[in-house]
Amino acid sequence: MQTQSEIGYNSKIEGDVVITRIDAALAWFQKNSVWPMPMGLACCGIELMAVGASRFDISRFGSEVMRFSPRQSDCMIVAGTVTYKMAGFVKRIYDQMPSPKWVIAMGACASTGGMYRSYAVLQGVDNIIPVDVYISGCPPRPEAVLDALIKIQNQIGKEPILSKINLVAKLTGEAKS
Amino acid sequence: MSNPANQLKAKFGDLISEPAEFRGEITVKISDARQIAEVCGFAKTKLGFGYLVDISSIDNYGEDPRWTVVYHLRNLTNNAELRIKTDVSEEKSELPTVLGIWATSNWHEREIYDMMGIRFHGHPDLRRILMWEGYPYFPLRKDFPLAGKPTNVPEVAFTKVTPMEGGPFVTLPGSSDAISREPRVRVPEDAEPGVSDTRHPQA
Amino acid sequence: MATVQDIEIPDSAARTAAALDDLQDMQGEKMVLNMGPSHPATHGVLRIVLELDGELITKAEPDVGFLHRGDEKIAENMTYTQFIPYTDRLDYLAPLANNVAYALAVEKLLGVHDKLPPRCQYIRVMCAELARISSHLLGLGAFAMDMGAVTVFLLTFTEREKIYNLCESLTGARFTTSYTRIGGVSRDLPPGWLDQCRKFLDEVVININEAETLLTRNRIWVDRIRDLAVISKEDAISHGLSGPNLRGSGIEYDLRKNQPYLCYRDLDFDIPVGSTGDCYDRYLVRMEEMRQSVRILHQCIKQIPGGADNKSKEPINVDDGKIVLPPKQKVMSSMEELIHQFMLVTEGVNCPPGETYFGHENPKGELGFYINSKGGGTPYRMKIRAPSFVNLSIIPKIFPGCMMSDTVAILGSLDFVMGECDR
Repeated sequence: MQTQSEIGYNSKIEGDVVITRIDAALAWFQKNSVWPMPMGLACCGIELMAVGASRFDISRFGSEVMRFSPRQSDCMIVAGTVTYKMAGFVKRIYDQMPSPKWVIAMGACASTGGMYRSYAVLQGVDNIIPVDVYISGCPPRPEAVLDALIKIQNQIGKEPILSKINLVAKLTGEAKS
Repeated sequence: MSNPANQLKAKFGDLISEPAEFRGEITVKISDARQIAEVCGFAKTKLGFGYLVDISSIDNYGEDPRWTVVYHLRNLTNNAELRIKTDVSEEKSELPTVLGIWATSNWHEREIYDMMGIRFHGHPDLRRILMWEGYPYFPLRKDFPLAGKPTNVPEVAFTKVTPMEGGPFVTLPGSSDAISREPRVRVPEDAEPGVSDTRHPQA
Repeated sequence: MATVQDIEIPDSAARTAAALDDLQDMQGEKMVLNMGPSHPATHGVLRIVLELDGELITKAEPDVGFLHRGDEKIAENMTYTQFIPYTDRLDYLAPLANNVAYALAVEKLLGVHDKLPPRCQYIRVMCAELARISSHLLGLGAFAMDMGAVTVFLLTFTEREKIYNLCESLTGARFTTSYTRIGGVSRDLPPGWLDQCRKFLDEVVININEAETLLTRNRIWVDRIRDLAVISKEDAISHGLSGPNLRGSGIEYDLRKNQPYLCYRDLDFDIPVGSTGDCYDRYLVRMEEMRQSVRILHQCIKQIPGGADNKSKEPINVDDGKIVLPPKQKVMSSMEELIHQFMLVTEGVNCPPGETYFGHENPKGELGFYINSKGGGTPYRMKIRAPSFVNLSIIPKIFPGCMMSDTVAILGSLDFVMGECDR
C-alpha cells in the first residue's frame, strides 16, 4: 500500500496548518534524519569521511551525526572490504541496531567482494546482512554516496510505517479485549 | 672498509656461502638454519646491523628443502644492507627465533607462521596474526588455492570458496606461452585433456 | 565443661601469602576491555585487548588482520602491471606514494630504476610529496578530531579536497590513482597542472599555519600529549620503526637522504628530527615534514625538465620496447611495436630471475617490496614490508602505564593505517 509522500499545501489558504496522513508525516520525519552508522573498514571509509566533511556535506541531507553507536543509528553504511575475520563483528553490530534499519553497501568490495577474489574476503556483505542500496565504484565518488542516501530516503518515504510500528493492531487489540 | 659479507664468512667459515650480488645487493646463504641466531647476533653486535628491515618466507614448492627464510638487515650508520637466506626442510619446518636480537621479529615471525606454517623455536607467543585463531590452513603455500577452502569461522559459521568464474583476472605464473596463460582459454585442472576454448582447438 | 579447641597457627610463609591475597582482593581485579574492531578512534579495523586496573592500562595486546585481503597471494597470480591497482589500496591515504614505491621496486628488478628519464623522476617526486602532504593532513585531522578538536579535521579535509582535485586532473581518479607504470608514468602532466599545484601550495601553507596556531601552543593539546608514550632510541631501532615515528625518537634516518632514489639528490630539503620521542614530538615532526614537502614541490615546479607543457617533448617513460607499451600509432603500423605490445599485455614485463628489495620513504614509514622472481611476467613471491604492521608492534611496549584516555592520543600519534598493516 503506497502512502502519499507529497504533501499538498497552500499557505494562503491553509495558513499555518498542514493536513496530511500520519504515514506521510512519519515518513517525512524519518527520512530527513537518517543517522548513519559508518562501518568504515577500508579505503571507502576515507571517502565516507570526505562525504561527512565540508565539501560534500552529508548533514544537509539530515545525516547530521555519524553515530558510531549502533543503538542510536538508522542506516549502516558498510564502506570497505569485509573479510571473513571481520564478518562476524559486522553481523553483530547490525543485530544491535534497532529496527527500522537500512543498509548501504558502499563500493565494490562491500557489494560483491570487489577485485579481491581471495581466500580471506567475504564476497559481498549481502551474504550476512540484507542490503538495501548497492553503490558501485572503487571508491565511489561522494556524490554517489549522496545519491544512495537519497534513494534510501525515497524508499523510506514509500514504506507504510504504521504497519511496521504495529500501532493500529495494538489499538484495535486493546479495544477488543 | 671490509665487506660485511666477507667478515661473516671469515668468522663462520663454511657455514656461510659465497656472497652473491644482484642489483647492488649482497646475499649470503646459511647452510644450517639452526645457527641463524648466532649469525644474526654476530651481525648485530660486531658488524653494526642493528635494524632488521624484514623477514620473508618463500615456498619452493616441489624442491627440497621447501622453505627459505630471508632476513633483510640494515646498518643505520653506514647504510649497509645485507640479505641472509636460510633453507628449512618441510619435515622439520622449524628454526630458532631471533627475538632476542631484534624485537621487531616478534610480529614478522608470527606472520610467517600464520602464512606458511614455519615454526620458530623459542618464540614466546607463536600464534596466528592475520587469519583468525583456529584457521586450519596456511594460505601462502603454493598448494593452497587463491580462492580458498571452506572452513568454519566462529560467529559467522562459514567461509565459502571464492567464485573465480574461470579466473578472468588471474594469470598462471611462470609459463611463457601466452595462449596457455590467457584467461579465456584457461581450463580447470580436472577437465579432460583436449577440452579447450573453441577458438583454439587442440590438435 | 569447656572444650579444648585447637587453634591453627599457620607458618609465616602461609600467613604472608594469605595477607597478600587479602590485599589483592581489596585492590580489586583487573578488568579486560575490548577496544573493538569497530571503533571511531582506532583509525580502521584494529582491535586492542586492554587489561585495566581502574583507569590505568597494565597490558595491551593488539589484534590485527581484520583487513587481510590476501594481497601477497594475489600478487603471485598477477602480472606486474596488473598488480598496480592493489598497491593503491595498501596505504589508502597516500596512494600515489605506494604506486611510486612499487614501480621503483619492479624497475630495480629490471635494472632500470636509476635510468629513468628526468621528467619522469620529477613527476614521481611530485606525486610522492603530494601524497605525503595528503597523508599527514589526514593523520593530523583524525588525531585532533579524536582528541576533541573537530575543527582541525574540517580544515585539513578542505585541503585534501584540493589535492583530490589535483589527482583527478592528473590521473583521472580522486583517490585510488594507479598512476605509475613499470618504466614510467601513464600520462604526462595535463596543461595548467603546475599552476594549479602552485596555487594549492600557497593555500595549504595558510591552512597548516592555521592548524598550527590552533594546536601547537594550545595548553590542552600540549598537556595531553607531552611526555606521553616515550619511545626511546633503542626501542625504536629494535622494534623496526620507520618514518616519522623513528625520527620523532631522535634518530636521523630518512630514506630520501640516506639511500637517495629518483631525483632527491638534486633537491634541497631538511629532515625534522624529534628529541624526546613522545607523542608531541611525532606530531611536530609531521607538521614540519608537511612544510618541507611544500618546499620540495616548489623546487620541482621550478626545475622540472620540459616545464609545464613539455614543449621540448621530454620522455616520461624508459625508452625500451620490452618494458613500456609503445605508442599506439606505431603499434598500428609497425610490426616490431605490435609484437612488443602483444607480449607486454599478455605475458607482462619479462623480469630476469633474481630477487630485490626496495624500500621507499612513504608518509607512514618505509614501504618495502621484496620481489623474488623466477623469470617471466609474474613474481614468484612478493613480500610487502608494511610500515604500519611494524609500527603497531610497539603497542604492547608503550601502552602499559598510560591512562585509558591516552590510548586515543597514542594511536593518533603513531599514525598507522590498517589497509597497509594487514595487506
